[in-house]
Amino acid sequence: MKFTEDHEWLRVEGDLVVVGITEHAAEQLGDVVFVELPEPETMVTKGDEVCVIESVKAASDILAPLDGEIVEVNGKLTDKPAMVNTDPTGAAWFFKMRVEDMGALDEYMSEDEYADFVAG
Amino acid sequence: MADGHTSHADLRRTPLFALHQALGARMVPFAGWEMPVQYPMGVLREHLHTRTAAGLFDVSHMGQVILRHPGGAAGAAAALERLCPQDFATLAEGRQRYGLFTSDAGGILDDLMVANFGDHLFLVVNAANALADVAHLRAGLPDCTVEVLTAHALIALQGPGAEAALAALAPGVAGMRFMDARTVAVPGGEIRVSRSGYTGEDGFEISLPAAEAEGFARALLDQPGVAPIGLGARDSLRLEAGLCLHGSDIGPDTSPVEADLIWAIQKVRRPGGARAGGFPGADRVLEQITHGAPRTRVGLRPDGRAPMRGGTALFAAEAGGEAVGHVTSGGFGPSVDAPIAMGYVASAHAAPGTPLWGEVRGKRLPVTVSPLPFHPHAYRR
Repeated sequence: MKFTEDHEWLRVEGDLVVVGITEHAAEQLGDVVFVELPEPETMVTKGDEVCVIESVKAASDILAPLDGEIVEVNGKLTDKPAMVNTDPTGAAWFFKMRVEDMGALDEYMSEDEYADFVAG
Repeated sequence: MADGHTSHADLRRTPLFALHQALGARMVPFAGWEMPVQYPMGVLREHLHTRTAAGLFDVSHMGQVILRHPGGAAGAAAALERLCPQDFATLAEGRQRYGLFTSDAGGILDDLMVANFGDHLFLVVNAANALADVAHLRAGLPDCTVEVLTAHALIALQGPGAEAALAALAPGVAGMRFMDARTVAVPGGEIRVSRSGYTGEDGFEISLPAAEAEGFARALLDQPGVAPIGLGARDSLRLEAGLCLHGSDIGPDTSPVEADLIWAIQKVRRPGGARAGGFPGADRVLEQITHGAPRTRVGLRPDGRAPMRGGTALFAAEAGGEAVGHVTSGGFGPSVDAPIAMGYVASAHAAPGTPLWGEVRGKRLPVTVSPLPFHPHAYRR
Protein backbone atom coordinates (compact mmCIF):
# COMPACT_ATOMS: atom_id res chain seq x y z
CA MET A 1 0.00 0.00 0.00
CA LYS A 2 1.19 3.53 -0.82
CA PHE A 3 0.26 6.77 0.93
CA THR A 4 -0.02 10.39 -0.19
CA GLU A 5 0.63 13.57 1.75
CA ASP A 6 -3.10 14.23 1.35
CA HIS A 7 -3.74 11.20 3.59
CA GLU A 8 -5.01 8.90 0.87
CA TRP A 9 -4.00 5.25 0.56
CA LEU A 10 -3.46 3.52 -2.78
CA ARG A 11 -3.62 -0.24 -3.19
CA VAL A 12 -2.82 -2.05 -6.43
CA GLU A 13 -5.48 -4.59 -7.36
CA GLY A 14 -4.63 -6.30 -10.64
CA ASP A 15 -4.29 -3.53 -13.21
CA LEU A 16 -6.32 -1.08 -11.07
CA VAL A 17 -5.45 1.22 -8.18
CA VAL A 18 -7.94 1.35 -5.28
CA VAL A 19 -8.08 4.66 -3.40
CA GLY A 20 -9.34 5.54 0.08
CA ILE A 21 -8.45 7.74 3.04
CA THR A 22 -6.23 6.73 5.92
CA GLU A 23 -7.27 5.99 9.48
CA HIS A 24 -5.48 9.15 10.52
CA ALA A 25 -7.52 11.19 8.03
CA ALA A 26 -10.79 9.57 9.10
CA GLU A 27 -10.03 10.29 12.73
CA GLN A 28 -9.14 13.90 11.99
CA LEU A 29 -12.32 14.40 9.96
CA GLY A 30 -14.60 13.05 12.66
CA ASP A 31 -17.95 11.44 11.95
CA VAL A 32 -18.52 11.37 8.19
CA VAL A 33 -22.13 12.18 7.26
CA PHE A 34 -22.02 12.63 3.48
CA VAL A 35 -19.92 11.36 0.60
CA GLU A 36 -20.17 12.51 -3.01
CA LEU A 37 -18.55 10.16 -5.53
CA PRO A 38 -17.48 10.80 -9.12
CA GLU A 39 -19.18 9.22 -12.12
CA PRO A 40 -17.49 6.03 -13.31
CA GLU A 41 -15.67 6.35 -16.64
CA THR A 42 -14.43 9.82 -15.72
CA MET A 43 -10.96 10.76 -16.94
CA VAL A 44 -9.04 12.57 -14.20
CA THR A 45 -5.74 14.37 -13.86
CA LYS A 46 -3.63 14.13 -10.74
CA GLY A 47 -4.81 16.82 -8.30
CA ASP A 48 -8.42 16.95 -9.56
CA GLU A 49 -11.04 17.09 -6.81
CA VAL A 50 -12.90 13.86 -7.40
CA CYS A 51 -14.82 13.15 -4.15
CA VAL A 52 -16.37 15.26 -1.42
CA ILE A 53 -16.39 14.09 2.18
CA GLU A 54 -18.52 15.98 4.69
CA SER A 55 -18.07 15.28 8.37
CA VAL A 56 -20.00 16.78 11.25
CA LYS A 57 -17.24 19.38 11.31
CA ALA A 58 -16.31 20.30 7.76
CA ALA A 59 -16.13 19.43 4.08
CA SER A 60 -12.99 17.95 2.52
CA ASP A 61 -12.01 16.76 -0.93
CA ILE A 62 -10.31 13.65 -2.17
CA LEU A 63 -7.88 14.48 -4.94
CA ALA A 64 -7.05 12.20 -7.83
CA PRO A 65 -3.62 10.81 -6.83
CA LEU A 66 -2.65 9.88 -10.41
CA ASP A 67 -3.63 10.52 -14.01
CA GLY A 68 -6.11 7.98 -15.29
CA GLU A 69 -9.73 6.86 -15.49
CA ILE A 70 -12.15 6.26 -12.62
CA VAL A 71 -13.59 2.84 -13.48
CA GLU A 72 -15.59 1.98 -10.36
CA VAL A 73 -16.91 3.84 -7.29
CA ASN A 74 -18.03 2.47 -3.92
CA GLY A 75 -21.74 3.30 -3.98
CA LYS A 76 -22.20 1.85 -0.47
CA LEU A 77 -20.55 4.97 0.93
CA THR A 78 -23.44 7.12 -0.28
CA ASP A 79 -25.89 5.21 1.92
CA LYS A 80 -23.49 4.52 4.78
CA PRO A 81 -20.95 7.34 4.96
CA ALA A 82 -20.10 6.30 8.54
CA MET A 83 -18.19 3.34 7.03
CA VAL A 84 -15.40 5.83 6.41
CA ASN A 85 -14.90 6.01 10.18
CA THR A 86 -15.41 2.33 10.97
CA ASP A 87 -13.33 0.75 8.19
CA PRO A 88 -11.39 3.44 6.31
CA THR A 89 -8.75 1.15 4.82
CA GLY A 90 -11.10 -1.73 4.02
CA ALA A 91 -14.79 -1.56 3.15
CA ALA A 92 -14.74 2.23 2.80
CA TRP A 93 -12.62 2.43 -0.36
CA PHE A 94 -13.77 5.36 -2.54
CA PHE A 95 -12.92 4.50 -6.13
CA LYS A 96 -10.83 2.30 -8.40
CA MET A 97 -8.89 3.82 -11.22
CA ARG A 98 -6.98 2.61 -14.25
CA VAL A 99 -3.80 4.62 -14.33
CA GLU A 100 -1.70 5.44 -17.32
CA ASP A 101 1.61 4.90 -15.56
CA MET A 102 1.79 2.47 -12.67
CA GLY A 103 5.37 3.64 -12.16
CA ALA A 104 3.98 6.93 -10.88
CA LEU A 105 2.97 5.10 -7.69
CA ASP A 106 6.63 4.94 -6.72
CA GLU A 107 6.71 8.61 -5.79
CA TYR A 108 4.33 7.98 -2.88
CA MET A 109 5.21 6.98 0.65
CA SER A 110 5.48 3.50 2.09
CA GLU A 111 3.52 2.67 5.24
CA ASP A 112 6.54 3.40 7.43
CA GLU A 113 7.26 6.67 5.66
CA TYR A 114 3.63 7.69 6.06
CA ALA A 115 3.70 6.86 9.78
CA ASP A 116 6.72 9.17 10.14
CA PHE A 117 4.96 11.83 8.07
CA VAL A 118 1.89 11.76 10.32
CA ALA A 119 4.03 11.81 13.45
CA GLY A 120 5.50 15.00 11.99
CA MET B 1 -7.17 16.50 3.81
CA ALA B 2 -4.65 18.98 5.14
CA ASP B 3 -4.07 19.05 8.87
CA GLY B 4 -4.84 22.22 10.74
CA HIS B 5 -1.50 22.96 12.35
CA THR B 6 -2.31 26.05 14.35
CA SER B 7 -0.11 27.59 16.95
CA HIS B 8 -1.63 27.28 20.39
CA ALA B 9 0.68 29.94 21.79
CA ASP B 10 -1.01 32.96 23.35
CA LEU B 11 -4.27 31.09 23.79
CA ARG B 12 -5.97 31.31 27.17
CA ARG B 13 -6.80 28.17 29.10
CA THR B 14 -9.85 27.61 31.27
CA PRO B 15 -9.67 26.21 34.81
CA LEU B 16 -10.70 22.83 33.32
CA PHE B 17 -7.81 22.60 30.82
CA ALA B 18 -6.03 19.80 32.69
CA LEU B 19 -9.28 17.87 32.96
CA HIS B 20 -9.86 18.13 29.21
CA GLN B 21 -6.40 16.73 28.59
CA ALA B 22 -6.95 13.92 31.06
CA LEU B 23 -10.22 13.08 29.30
CA GLY B 24 -8.47 12.87 25.92
CA ALA B 25 -10.05 15.96 24.38
CA ARG B 26 -8.89 17.36 21.06
CA MET B 27 -8.13 21.00 21.81
CA VAL B 28 -8.62 23.78 19.25
CA PRO B 29 -8.31 27.55 19.26
CA PHE B 30 -11.69 29.24 19.74
CA ALA B 31 -12.23 32.97 20.34
CA GLY B 32 -8.72 33.27 21.80
CA TRP B 33 -9.10 30.22 24.04
CA GLU B 34 -7.80 26.68 23.82
CA MET B 35 -11.01 24.67 24.01
CA PRO B 36 -12.10 21.04 23.65
CA VAL B 37 -13.81 20.52 20.27
CA GLN B 38 -14.50 16.85 21.00
CA TYR B 39 -13.59 13.97 23.29
CA PRO B 40 -12.88 10.38 22.22
CA MET B 41 -16.65 9.72 22.00
CA GLY B 42 -16.80 11.95 18.90
CA VAL B 43 -19.14 14.77 17.92
CA LEU B 44 -22.02 12.60 16.69
CA ARG B 45 -22.26 10.45 19.81
CA GLU B 46 -21.61 13.39 22.12
CA HIS B 47 -24.57 15.17 20.52
CA LEU B 48 -26.89 12.17 20.90
CA HIS B 49 -25.66 11.51 24.43
CA THR B 50 -26.63 15.04 25.47
CA ARG B 51 -30.15 14.56 24.08
CA THR B 52 -30.66 11.23 25.84
CA ALA B 53 -28.60 11.48 29.05
CA ALA B 54 -26.49 14.43 30.19
CA GLY B 55 -23.57 16.39 28.76
CA LEU B 56 -21.05 18.48 30.65
CA PHE B 57 -19.66 21.48 28.73
CA ASP B 58 -16.84 23.79 29.75
CA VAL B 59 -18.05 27.25 28.79
CA SER B 60 -15.59 29.10 31.02
CA HIS B 61 -14.42 31.08 27.99
CA MET B 62 -17.63 33.08 28.13
CA GLY B 63 -17.57 36.44 29.87
CA GLN B 64 -19.11 36.63 33.34
CA VAL B 65 -19.94 40.14 34.49
CA ILE B 66 -21.47 41.56 37.65
CA LEU B 67 -23.31 44.82 37.14
CA ARG B 68 -23.93 46.94 40.22
CA HIS B 69 -25.68 50.25 40.71
CA PRO B 70 -26.29 52.46 43.76
CA GLY B 71 -29.96 51.69 43.24
CA GLY B 72 -29.36 47.94 43.53
CA ALA B 73 -30.54 45.43 40.95
CA ALA B 74 -33.44 47.72 40.02
CA GLY B 75 -31.02 50.56 39.34
CA ALA B 76 -28.76 48.31 37.31
CA ALA B 77 -31.75 46.98 35.36
CA ALA B 78 -32.95 50.49 34.53
CA ALA B 79 -29.44 51.43 33.42
CA LEU B 80 -29.00 48.31 31.27
CA GLU B 81 -32.20 49.17 29.41
CA ARG B 82 -30.23 52.09 27.90
CA LEU B 83 -28.07 49.54 26.03
CA CYS B 84 -30.57 46.73 25.41
CA PRO B 85 -34.11 46.57 23.97
CA GLN B 86 -35.28 44.28 26.77
CA ASP B 87 -37.56 44.84 29.73
CA PHE B 88 -35.21 44.25 32.65
CA ALA B 89 -37.21 46.43 35.07
CA THR B 90 -39.72 43.64 35.65
CA LEU B 91 -37.07 40.90 35.79
CA ALA B 92 -37.77 39.48 39.24
CA GLU B 93 -35.07 38.45 41.67
CA GLY B 94 -34.09 34.87 40.88
CA ARG B 95 -35.01 35.13 37.20
CA GLN B 96 -32.92 35.32 34.04
CA ARG B 97 -33.74 36.82 30.63
CA TYR B 98 -32.17 36.72 27.15
CA GLY B 99 -30.87 40.12 26.02
CA LEU B 100 -29.18 41.92 23.14
CA PHE B 101 -26.71 44.78 22.94
CA THR B 102 -27.80 46.82 19.93
CA SER B 103 -25.62 49.15 17.88
CA ASP B 104 -26.52 52.69 16.88
CA ALA B 105 -27.43 51.26 13.47
CA GLY B 106 -29.80 48.75 15.07
CA GLY B 107 -27.48 45.77 14.62
CA ILE B 108 -26.64 43.22 17.28
CA LEU B 109 -23.30 43.81 19.03
CA ASP B 110 -23.78 40.70 21.16
CA ASP B 111 -26.41 38.54 22.76
CA LEU B 112 -26.28 37.78 26.46
CA MET B 113 -28.02 36.36 29.49
CA VAL B 114 -29.05 38.70 32.30
CA ALA B 115 -30.01 37.39 35.75
CA ASN B 116 -31.30 39.27 38.80
CA PHE B 117 -29.39 38.20 41.92
CA GLY B 118 -31.11 40.61 44.29
CA ASP B 119 -28.47 43.29 44.81
CA HIS B 120 -26.86 43.05 41.37
CA LEU B 121 -27.33 41.73 37.83
CA PHE B 122 -25.22 38.84 36.56
CA LEU B 123 -24.45 38.89 32.83
CA VAL B 124 -23.02 36.12 30.65
CA VAL B 125 -21.66 37.30 27.30
CA ASN B 126 -19.95 35.64 24.34
CA ALA B 127 -16.22 34.96 24.65
CA ALA B 128 -15.31 36.67 21.39
CA ASN B 129 -17.13 39.86 22.42
CA ALA B 130 -16.38 39.92 26.14
CA LEU B 131 -13.76 42.67 26.05
CA ALA B 132 -15.85 44.87 23.75
CA ASP B 133 -18.97 44.26 25.84
CA VAL B 134 -17.24 45.29 29.05
CA ALA B 135 -15.94 48.46 27.40
CA HIS B 136 -19.44 49.12 26.05
CA LEU B 137 -20.96 48.70 29.51
CA ARG B 138 -18.38 50.97 31.16
CA ALA B 139 -18.73 53.67 28.51
CA GLY B 140 -22.51 53.52 28.34
CA LEU B 141 -23.31 53.04 32.02
CA PRO B 142 -21.03 55.36 34.01
CA ASP B 143 -23.53 55.15 36.88
CA CYS B 144 -22.81 51.41 37.24
CA THR B 145 -19.79 49.42 38.36
CA VAL B 146 -18.79 46.62 36.03
CA GLU B 147 -16.92 43.71 37.61
CA VAL B 148 -15.56 40.95 35.36
CA LEU B 149 -15.26 37.54 37.03
CA THR B 150 -11.86 36.46 35.74
CA ALA B 151 -11.30 33.72 38.33
CA HIS B 152 -14.53 31.82 37.80
CA ALA B 153 -15.36 28.83 35.66
CA LEU B 154 -18.67 28.32 33.88
CA ILE B 155 -19.94 24.77 33.40
CA ALA B 156 -23.07 23.81 31.48
CA LEU B 157 -24.84 20.56 32.32
CA GLN B 158 -27.45 19.76 29.67
CA GLY B 159 -29.88 16.98 28.89
CA PRO B 160 -32.68 14.98 30.51
CA GLY B 161 -30.27 13.60 33.11
CA ALA B 162 -28.93 17.02 34.12
CA GLU B 163 -31.32 17.64 37.02
CA ALA B 164 -30.65 14.36 38.80
CA ALA B 165 -26.88 14.70 38.33
CA LEU B 166 -26.67 18.26 39.63
CA ALA B 167 -29.20 17.67 42.42
CA ALA B 168 -26.99 14.88 43.75
CA LEU B 169 -24.38 17.55 44.51
CA ALA B 170 -26.64 20.56 45.04
CA PRO B 171 -30.13 19.45 46.11
CA GLY B 172 -31.34 23.05 45.99
CA VAL B 173 -31.54 23.03 42.20
CA ALA B 174 -34.40 20.52 41.92
CA GLY B 175 -37.12 23.11 42.46
CA MET B 176 -35.80 25.50 39.82
CA ARG B 177 -37.63 26.01 36.55
CA PHE B 178 -36.45 27.25 33.16
CA MET B 179 -34.64 30.61 33.43
CA ASP B 180 -34.55 30.60 37.22
CA ALA B 181 -31.20 31.82 38.53
CA ARG B 182 -30.03 31.61 42.11
CA THR B 183 -27.16 30.96 44.47
CA VAL B 184 -27.13 27.38 45.70
CA ALA B 185 -25.23 25.93 48.63
CA VAL B 186 -22.82 23.07 48.02
CA PRO B 187 -20.40 21.46 50.46
CA GLY B 188 -17.61 23.97 50.93
CA GLY B 189 -19.29 27.00 49.44
CA GLU B 190 -21.83 28.37 47.00
CA ILE B 191 -22.38 28.11 43.27
CA ARG B 192 -24.36 30.37 41.00
CA VAL B 193 -26.86 28.32 38.99
CA SER B 194 -29.29 29.16 36.20
CA ARG B 195 -31.66 26.65 34.64
CA SER B 196 -30.81 27.40 31.04
CA GLY B 197 -28.39 26.49 28.30
CA TYR B 198 -27.63 26.40 24.61
CA THR B 199 -28.78 22.97 23.49
CA GLY B 200 -32.59 23.09 23.58
CA GLU B 201 -32.51 20.58 26.44
CA ASP B 202 -33.35 21.06 30.08
CA GLY B 203 -30.19 21.89 31.94
CA PHE B 204 -28.12 24.27 34.01
CA GLU B 205 -25.26 26.70 33.74
CA ILE B 206 -23.09 26.80 36.84
CA SER B 207 -20.64 29.54 37.78
CA LEU B 208 -18.10 28.75 40.48
CA PRO B 209 -14.62 29.76 41.62
CA ALA B 210 -11.86 28.50 39.33
CA ALA B 211 -10.11 26.63 42.13
CA GLU B 212 -13.19 24.48 42.75
CA ALA B 213 -14.09 23.91 39.10
CA GLU B 214 -12.18 20.72 38.35
CA GLY B 215 -13.31 18.96 41.51
CA PHE B 216 -16.91 19.94 40.84
CA ALA B 217 -16.74 18.90 37.18
CA ARG B 218 -15.23 15.54 38.14
CA ALA B 219 -17.98 15.03 40.72
CA LEU B 220 -20.59 15.71 38.01
CA LEU B 221 -18.83 13.35 35.59
CA ASP B 222 -19.00 10.66 38.29
CA GLN B 223 -22.80 10.86 38.25
CA PRO B 224 -24.61 8.24 36.14
CA GLY B 225 -24.98 9.21 32.49
CA VAL B 226 -22.85 12.37 32.53
CA ALA B 227 -20.25 12.63 29.75
CA PRO B 228 -17.98 15.50 28.71
CA ILE B 229 -19.11 17.21 25.49
CA GLY B 230 -17.03 19.44 23.23
CA LEU B 231 -17.69 22.55 21.17
CA GLY B 232 -18.43 20.47 18.07
CA ALA B 233 -21.56 18.93 19.55
CA ARG B 234 -22.41 22.21 21.29
CA ASP B 235 -22.70 23.76 17.82
CA SER B 236 -24.85 20.99 16.29
CA LEU B 237 -27.08 20.94 19.41
CA ARG B 238 -27.71 24.69 19.31
CA LEU B 239 -28.31 24.60 15.54
CA GLU B 240 -30.95 21.87 15.92
CA ALA B 241 -32.49 23.99 18.69
CA GLY B 242 -32.66 26.98 16.30
CA LEU B 243 -30.47 29.08 18.59
CA CYS B 244 -28.34 31.85 17.08
CA LEU B 245 -24.55 31.94 17.15
CA HIS B 246 -23.32 35.53 17.39
CA GLY B 247 -20.79 36.20 14.66
CA SER B 248 -22.54 33.74 12.33
CA ASP B 249 -26.34 34.03 12.55
CA ILE B 250 -26.53 37.42 14.22
CA GLY B 251 -24.11 40.32 14.33
CA PRO B 252 -23.67 44.05 13.83
CA ASP B 253 -25.11 43.69 10.30
CA THR B 254 -28.35 42.03 11.39
CA SER B 255 -31.17 43.71 13.28
CA PRO B 256 -33.20 41.88 15.94
CA VAL B 257 -36.20 41.99 13.60
CA GLU B 258 -34.29 40.50 10.68
CA ALA B 259 -32.96 37.87 13.08
CA ASP B 260 -36.55 36.92 14.04
CA LEU B 261 -35.80 37.86 17.64
CA ILE B 262 -38.76 40.21 18.19
CA TRP B 263 -39.89 37.77 20.89
CA ALA B 264 -36.84 38.88 22.87
CA ILE B 265 -38.05 42.52 22.82
CA GLN B 266 -40.83 42.74 25.37
CA LYS B 267 -43.95 44.74 24.44
CA VAL B 268 -43.12 47.55 26.87
CA ARG B 269 -40.05 48.41 24.74
CA ARG B 270 -41.88 48.15 21.39
CA PRO B 271 -43.83 50.90 19.61
CA GLY B 272 -46.69 52.01 21.86
CA GLY B 273 -45.09 50.52 24.97
CA ALA B 274 -44.60 52.55 28.13
CA ARG B 275 -40.80 52.44 27.73
CA ALA B 276 -40.66 52.12 23.93
CA GLY B 277 -37.23 52.76 22.40
CA GLY B 278 -34.49 54.33 24.43
CA PHE B 279 -31.80 51.86 23.33
CA PRO B 280 -29.14 52.22 20.60
CA GLY B 281 -30.58 51.89 17.11
CA ALA B 282 -34.15 52.10 18.42
CA ASP B 283 -35.36 54.14 15.42
CA ARG B 284 -34.50 51.37 12.97
CA VAL B 285 -35.57 48.50 15.21
CA LEU B 286 -38.95 50.04 16.09
CA GLU B 287 -39.57 50.95 12.45
CA GLN B 288 -38.89 47.34 11.45
CA ILE B 289 -41.16 46.02 14.20
CA THR B 290 -43.96 48.12 12.72
CA HIS B 291 -43.29 47.66 9.00
CA GLY B 292 -41.25 44.47 8.79
CA ALA B 293 -37.68 43.86 7.68
CA PRO B 294 -36.47 43.29 4.11
CA ARG B 295 -34.95 39.93 5.06
CA THR B 296 -35.58 37.32 7.70
CA ARG B 297 -33.64 34.57 9.47
CA VAL B 298 -35.18 31.19 8.63
CA GLY B 299 -34.57 27.50 9.14
CA LEU B 300 -33.50 25.53 6.06
CA ARG B 301 -33.79 21.80 5.35
CA PRO B 302 -31.73 20.60 2.38
CA ASP B 303 -33.82 18.05 0.44
CA GLY B 304 -30.79 15.81 -0.15
CA ARG B 305 -28.06 14.54 2.17
CA ALA B 306 -25.39 17.12 1.35
CA PRO B 307 -24.91 19.66 4.16
CA MET B 308 -25.13 23.35 3.22
CA ARG B 309 -22.48 25.18 5.21
CA GLY B 310 -22.34 28.84 6.23
CA GLY B 311 -21.84 31.07 3.18
CA THR B 312 -23.88 28.93 0.77
CA ALA B 313 -25.79 31.27 -1.59
CA LEU B 314 -29.57 30.71 -1.85
CA PHE B 315 -31.60 31.17 -5.01
CA ALA B 316 -35.33 31.22 -5.80
CA ALA B 317 -34.86 29.16 -8.96
CA GLU B 318 -32.85 26.16 -10.07
CA ALA B 319 -31.12 28.28 -12.71
CA GLY B 320 -30.52 31.98 -13.22
CA GLY B 321 -31.50 34.94 -11.09
CA GLU B 322 -29.75 36.75 -8.28
CA ALA B 323 -29.22 35.19 -4.87
CA VAL B 324 -32.15 35.80 -2.49
CA GLY B 325 -30.15 34.99 0.62
CA HIS B 326 -27.40 32.91 2.16
CA VAL B 327 -26.77 30.29 4.81
CA THR B 328 -25.24 31.53 8.07
CA SER B 329 -24.91 28.20 9.91
CA GLY B 330 -25.22 24.77 8.40
CA GLY B 331 -24.23 21.21 8.99
CA PHE B 332 -25.59 17.84 9.94
CA GLY B 333 -28.19 17.42 12.68
CA PRO B 334 -27.52 14.10 14.42
CA SER B 335 -30.93 14.02 16.17
CA VAL B 336 -32.90 14.87 13.04
CA ASP B 337 -30.51 12.60 11.07
CA ALA B 338 -30.37 15.04 8.19
CA PRO B 339 -28.55 18.17 7.11
CA ILE B 340 -29.94 21.38 8.63
CA ALA B 341 -29.12 25.05 8.30
CA MET B 342 -30.25 28.54 9.06
CA GLY B 343 -29.75 31.69 7.09
CA TYR B 344 -31.23 34.92 5.82
CA VAL B 345 -33.60 35.21 2.87
CA ALA B 346 -35.55 38.09 1.34
CA SER B 347 -38.76 38.22 3.39
CA ALA B 348 -40.86 37.29 0.33
CA HIS B 349 -39.18 33.87 0.45
CA ALA B 350 -39.30 33.36 4.22
CA ALA B 351 -42.54 31.39 4.63
CA PRO B 352 -42.06 27.80 5.81
CA GLY B 353 -42.37 25.43 2.88
CA THR B 354 -40.88 27.85 0.36
CA PRO B 355 -38.65 25.93 -2.08
CA LEU B 356 -35.19 27.40 -2.63
CA TRP B 357 -31.88 26.23 -4.07
CA GLY B 358 -28.52 26.39 -2.38
CA GLU B 359 -25.40 26.53 -4.51
CA VAL B 360 -23.01 23.83 -3.29
CA ARG B 361 -19.76 23.30 -5.21
CA GLY B 362 -21.24 24.99 -8.28
CA LYS B 363 -24.50 22.99 -8.28
CA ARG B 364 -27.89 24.27 -7.15
CA LEU B 365 -29.40 21.76 -4.73
CA PRO B 366 -33.00 21.98 -3.48
CA VAL B 367 -33.62 23.21 0.06
CA THR B 368 -36.88 24.05 1.83
CA VAL B 369 -37.57 26.88 4.28
CA SER B 370 -38.43 25.16 7.55
CA PRO B 371 -39.80 26.16 10.95
CA LEU B 372 -37.36 26.44 13.84
CA PRO B 373 -36.39 24.65 15.99
CA PHE B 374 -35.52 21.48 14.07
CA HIS B 375 -35.57 19.49 17.31
CA PRO B 376 -38.23 20.38 19.92
CA HIS B 377 -37.10 22.24 23.03
CA ALA B 378 -37.33 20.29 26.28
CA TYR B 379 -37.17 23.18 28.77
CA ARG B 380 -38.59 22.64 32.27
CA ARG B 381 -41.02 25.54 32.32
